[in-house]
Amino acid sequence: MSMKLSTRQVDGVTIVDCSGRITLGEGSVTLRDTVRDLLAKGNKKIILNLGEVNYIDSSGIGELVSAFTTTKNQGGELKLLHLTKKVHDLLQITKLYTVFDVKDDEAAAVKAFK
Amino acid sequence: MEQTVSYTLDSTLDTVDHAEEQATRIATELGFAEDEVMQISMAVREGAVNAVLHGNAYAPDKKVILAFERTGEDLVITIRDQGKGIDLGTIPNPLAPENLLKTSGRGIFLMRSFMDVVEIRPSPTGTEVKLIKHVRG
Repeated sequence: MSMKLSTRQVDGVTIVDCSGRITLGEGSVTLRDTVRDLLAKGNKKIILNLGEVNYIDSSGIGELVSAFTTTKNQGGELKLLHLTKKVHDLLQITKLYTVFDVKDDEAAAVKAFK
Repeated sequence: MEQTVSYTLDSTLDTVDHAEEQATRIATELGFAEDEVMQISMAVREGAVNAVLHGNAYAPDKKVILAFERTGEDLVITIRDQGKGIDLGTIPNPLAPENLLKTSGRGIFLMRSFMDVVEIRPSPTGTEVKLIKHVRG
């Protein structure tokens, strides 16, 4: 299953609902293009909802890092929401769990933006 | 599975997906637990990515050789490319603070995290990666 993304707005925050696989190739490129497009349009409060992401490889991890740093470098903020166990474990192993701002509750995640 | 199964594959992204699928199928057939199957398939995927991208650099005339072998105690997976051979001295530690926010360089680390043994043998005619998972239970 390839990756699917859809975006919605909640109180000035853009939530990107991701499903499928974030892996080398199409999945990574789709995520990269979506985040860059959002930033270009001035949407700098971004939540990546990964609740339906069932697989991620090292390229996908790199893409999450890239989305995080690109957003930050442009004065924005990016949070991760609803990590599956697989993604959670991978971020723990790679010591990225504490680098990202990870949330379990969508409403709380939206409110957490400055 | 038979004792040994091997594939000669093109240097494409399809090969990466194929390698992962075969790893998942074989590890499942051998009775590994679900989380171990995921670990094995991900390690094989990372090895195949390295072979296709960094080893063979997508060269159409270069192949990736993937082999699965069931020994008495282990599942042994070998991934060989036909590139110039990786320089092991240049592999950074992805957990070092200065590398945490790098967007690449985690493949070998993940392989080592998920498998019991990872051996990497570079040579001028290619790199061979051997991944071993002990069959438990």
